[in-house]
Order: sequence, then C-alpha cells, then structure tokens
Amino acid sequence: MSDAHDWPLYEIFIRARGGLDHKHVGSVHAVDATMAVEHARDVYTRRQEGVSIWVVRSGDIVASDPAESDSLFEPARDKIYRHPTFYDIPKEVETL
Amino acid sequence: MSARADAGVTVAVPDRVRHLLRIADTSLVLAQRLGEWVGHGPAIEEDLGLANTALDLLGQARLLLAYAGELEGRGRSEDALAFLREEADFLNATLAEQPNGDFGDTIVRQFLIDAYQLELYEQLMTSADPRLAEIAAKAVKETRYHLRFSSAWLVRLGDGTAESHGRVQGSLDRLWPFTRELFDADNLDRAIAVAGIGPQLAALGAAWSARVDAVLAEAMLRRPAASPYRWYGKQGLHSEHLGYLLADLQHLQRTHAGASW
Amino acid sequence: MYTQGLLEQGSKTVTVAAVEDAERLQRFEAKIDAEEKIEPKDWMPDAYRQTLIRQISQHAHSEIVGMLPEGNWITRAPTLLRKSILIAKVQDEGGHGAYLYSAAETLGISRAEMIDQLLAGKAKYSSIFNYPTLSWADIGAIGWLVDGAAIMNQIPLCRCSYGPYARAMIRICKEESFHQRQGYDIMLKLARGTVGQRRMAQDALDRWWWPSLMMFGPPDGASQHTALSVRWKIKRFTNDELRQKFVDFTVPQAKFLDISVPDPDMRWDEAAGQHRFGEINWAEFHEVLKGNGPCNRERLTARRNAHDAGRWVREAAAAYAAKHTARSVAAA
Repeated sequence: MSDAHDWPLYEIFIRARGGLDHKHVGSVHAVDATMAVEHARDVYTRRQEGVSIWVVRSGDIVASDPAESDSLFEPARDKIYRHPTFYDIPKEVETL
Repeated sequence: MSARADAGVTVAVPDRVRHLLRIADTSLVLAQRLGEWVGHGPAIEEDLGLANTALDLLGQARLLLAYAGELEGRGRSEDALAFLREEADFLNATLAEQPNGDFGDTIVRQFLIDAYQLELYEQLMTSADPRLAEIAAKAVKETRYHLRFSSAWLVRLGDGTAESHGRVQGSLDRLWPFTRELFDADNLDRAIAVAGIGPQLAALGAAWSARVDAVLAEAMLRRPAASPYRWYGKQGLHSEHLGYLLADLQHLQRTHAGASW
Repeated sequence: MYTQGLLEQGSKTVTVAAVEDAERLQRFEAKIDAEEKIEPKDWMPDAYRQTLIRQISQHAHSEIVGMLPEGNWITRAPTLLRKSILIAKVQDEGGHGAYLYSAAETLGISRAEMIDQLLAGKAKYSSIFNYPTLSWADIGAIGWLVDGAAIMNQIPLCRCSYGPYARAMIRICKEESFHQRQGYDIMLKLARGTVGQRRMAQDALDRWWWPSLMMFGPPDGASQHTALSVRWKIKRFTNDELRQKFVDFTVPQAKFLDISVPDPDMRWDEAAGQHRFGEINWAEFHEVLKGNGPCNRERLTARRNAHDAGRWVREAAAAYAAKHTARSVAAA
C-alpha cells in the first residue's frame, strides 16, 4: 500500500500585503518548485492571505543549532547600550 | 468584437437567454462534476486545487444564471434555473457532463474546457452586452489559473511515466470528439456573433486549436483526428450522463417543492 | 477540527521515567512553565514528541476522513450558494489536514508514514466521522454540533506548548468559526421551514447529539494521559470540563431552534449554574473507536481507494520532475 516516498517537502513563505515581509506559514509537498507555488496558493491563500509566495526546498534551509543558542545569542544580552531606552535625556531636550 | 457588430442588429430576448445558458450551464455542470472529487483526489493538495476550480465555476454559473433569469423576466432565480429545469433545457457543452473517470480523464476534460473558456471569456470582455462583458472580465482571471493548473497536469501526465502517458492519451482520444460542438456555429451562435454579443466560433476555434496544440506538444501527446460525429448538448440533446447528474443536483429541490433552504 | 480526547485512546502509557536526561528535562519543563514555546529543533523528551506526533497526526487524519461524510452532500446541496459554502468548507478541512500533517512533520515523521498508518487501520481518527450523513440537515448538524465541539476542543490548543501545532491551530480556529455558523444557519432555515424540513432538523439532532458529546473523549476518571498532557501544556482543560461547557452553550441554541435535545435527563441545575445531562453510552463510543461503527469500513475504504487510484498520478508527477531536473542540470 505504501508509496516508496512522498513528494519532497517545501517550506512556504507568504507576503500578506505589499510593505510586509514574507513570513513562514508552513509546508507543502510538491514535485517541483512550480507545483509548490500552486499548492501553496491552494493551501495557504484561500482567504486572500497573500500577494506573494516564496517556496524553498525544506532540505535547503540551514538553521542555527538550538544547543548553541547560548553562545550565539546570549552575548547580545548585556549590550543594553545599543537600545535608545538606555539613555536618560533631560526632558528639556526636544526632538532627540 | 463590437467593431464587427452590425449596430442595428438585435437578438430576441429568448435567444440571448439561451446563449447565456450555454455558457452558464457549462460552468455549472463542470463544477458539479468537480464537486464529486472533493475528498477523493490523488493528493490533499490536488483535492484543494480541484475544489478551487469548482468554486470559481460555480461562481461564474451563478452570475450568469442570475443574469439570464433577469433578462428572461419571468422571475426565475439562479436556483430556479439550476434546480428546476429539465434535462433538455440544459444547454451545456456535452463535454462538461462527461463522467470524472480517472484523474487523467478529469484533467483532459478540464484542460479542453479551460482553453475554450479562456478564449471565450477573453472575447466576451468586449461584448456588446456590458453585463456579460463584466462577468467575463471577472471569469477570465479565474480561467487563466484553471488553464495553468490543468495544462501543468496534462504535461506532467503526458510526459511522466509510460503508464501515465498511455492513460492520458486514452483520455484525450475518448474526449476529443466532444470538442467539435464547441466551435460548430449554429443559427443562435451566428446571430449572437452578428450582434456583437459573442465571438465568431470559427475564429475562436482557431485560437483554441493553436493553444491546445502547444500544450499537447509539450505533453508529448498526439492530437486525435477530427470527429465526424457532432454532439448537440448546447441545443439540449445530451449524452446519457447528464440525467444522472441532474438527478443528484436537483434531488432536494424537487423532493421538497417550494421549500426554502 | 475534531480532536477528541484521542490522546487517551488506546495508546501506550507514557512514562516520564523513560527520560534519562534529568537536567535537559528540567530546562524543558522550566520553559513550558514560563509559557515559552517549544520549537522543532529544541530538545524535548521523547514522550512529549511521541504524544504530539500521535495527537497531531490523529487530528490531521480526522480532518481528512471528515471530508467524506460532508462531501457526500456536495452534489446534492439544495441551492448553488449552499453548494459553494459546502465545497469551501470541505476544502478547508483538507487544508486543515495539510496544516496539521505539516506541523507533525516538524517532529521527524513523514506524511507518507502517517498516511500509511491511517490506511493500514493502525491510526485513530475522530470517531464522529464513522456515523452516516443521511439528510441535508446532517450537514447543518455537523457544522453546528461537531464543529462546535471541535472549536471548543481546539481553542485551548492555540496555546499548546509546541509552536508549530499552536500556529497551525490558530490558523485553523480562525477558519473554523465560519463552519459552525454556516451549520447553525442551515439548521435555522430548516427549523423555520416546512413540516418535512423541521422533521429533518429534529432527526439530525437526535442522531448527532450523543456522538458530539463523545467527541470530548472519555470521562476524566477514565483518561490515562490527561495529567501529563496538562502538565506539558499540550492540553489545557480536561475532557469533562470542555464537555460541560459545550452542553451549556448548545442547549439554549437548540431551544432557539425549537428542537429538542434527545436526553430525558437534561435539566438546568440552578445551584451549580450548569446543565445536568444523562449518561453517555461509552460502550458505543469504544465500539466505534475499535472500528465497529456504522461507517468505519466505508470511510477507510474510500481513503484507500483515493490513495491507490492516485498512485499513478503521483508517480507520473515525480517522474516528470525528475526528468526535467535532470535535463536542466545537464543543460547548465
């Protein structure tokens, strides 16, 4: 009964409207990128959720390793001086 | 097209209604067929794709039927026309009512009709009838996608495996004879064309043929020979399949006469 | 839609003891306690992964099988608008199945494997879909009751601790409320219609009421997985809590339709501020779940037929893509 394998998996990114970034919404199975775009249209934009679709083979995505999160992202934590709220500016000073 | 129209020529209302029903019923009957697929497609995504096409076609049918009812002026709504007309009053192309068969049969039927509807709606956008032109302008966008979907599948099946090639060539051979009706103009078609309401079917057929041949070539499929037999679905003379389709379609309205749903 | 208390059904007992890495577990649980989401590449206890795979895939299967009883009425819908609505609704269910399979695949199981489990009869799906749809009113009752029960089950899942599942559920819940409303809308028309239509509406409520209550799963006392699932925030309310809420919402809606809930023991308990209802026939529930419901065989057969009939199509598409990828690589 079993198929040897399913069609390859594609990750789907959709731009909801002009001015917004493409956002990951899920995945579809498709034989190629053309079909993946069609499937993404039918699966993820039935209610006008998008004006643009990106598809990427799931296997082509390279991700950071959660086990390395500490060394990747923790060092940014104490650089609070990067944020504007770090600085107390006297009320009298305007437009800063 | 309106340029070709002979300004003083008018078509009697019952004939304009019949012309609208030919277009509406083809969409309605095809949507009904596609509805049978929902939940049974070869992959989930294909199920959704066929359902989208069915919804577009139903939408077209509703707009056209509602307009036909208004034009007729006898108070028949879209539903009265869809659910309470008899088989011989349905004027769809015979091709649309052919059974789903396997996925290949469905794709071939869809492809042949999509290509026809695309040519038709493109021409109707400049119809002398502004309401029809408006409906066509909406439908043409939908149809362009339908054709993209069915062409892509036809090419995949035609140029896929030996099995798929053989199956889909068989579907094409079986369904091809029903295409002749689409472009053989009868008196009504001629009157509509002269009035600038609809296109000359011979010209439509030539454009359709070129479009179809290009896709068939890409799909490695052989175009079947022209059929000597001509069907007359658009005149109400159907294949054996329509009666069953209508029995399903109309069952509730006919069992509960006058009820509202 | 349609998670029922599937989590509790016939699955192996999940034991936290199986988790060796106490420290990682502690960090994992701290994250859950802090309402942080778990994402696909994060470490998770195997029991959490397996529980989710089972629940999400059962949920996906339910959506796909759920297309069948309602699809049964697409060709016979009584108006063109109703037909459009029904196609869109059944199509949504296919979409929900797709979102859910997609979420489950992030846990390391392939969709093909999940579908094989379903077709082999090894996976469960919501038992409600093993009941037949006999009249147009059943389409109304399914939207109103079955989707209503599903929404009640699903809203808490939008806050599930597993990110991809929670996100899929948010999307599903947004789409689902139209399903319930269109169902009630069908019932309203029937209830205000002819004698024959009213009879149809009552008959549908008679047949769908009890199976709808069963959708929430066995009573809390008999449910083996609730505790762990609640602790890991896969589940946020118990079966009985959700069932009670459903009854309290639905009884007044039935009253408005002027049709009666088929439960002679149903009464309003003023002191408790909730409805009391009769005993659910759990023997029937377990039989249907085991495969002995009225339509179990038909439903699985329909899925198998679609799968088998579609194989040459899927293979053709894959062969076509393989040829053309090879050609474009050769050309490059």
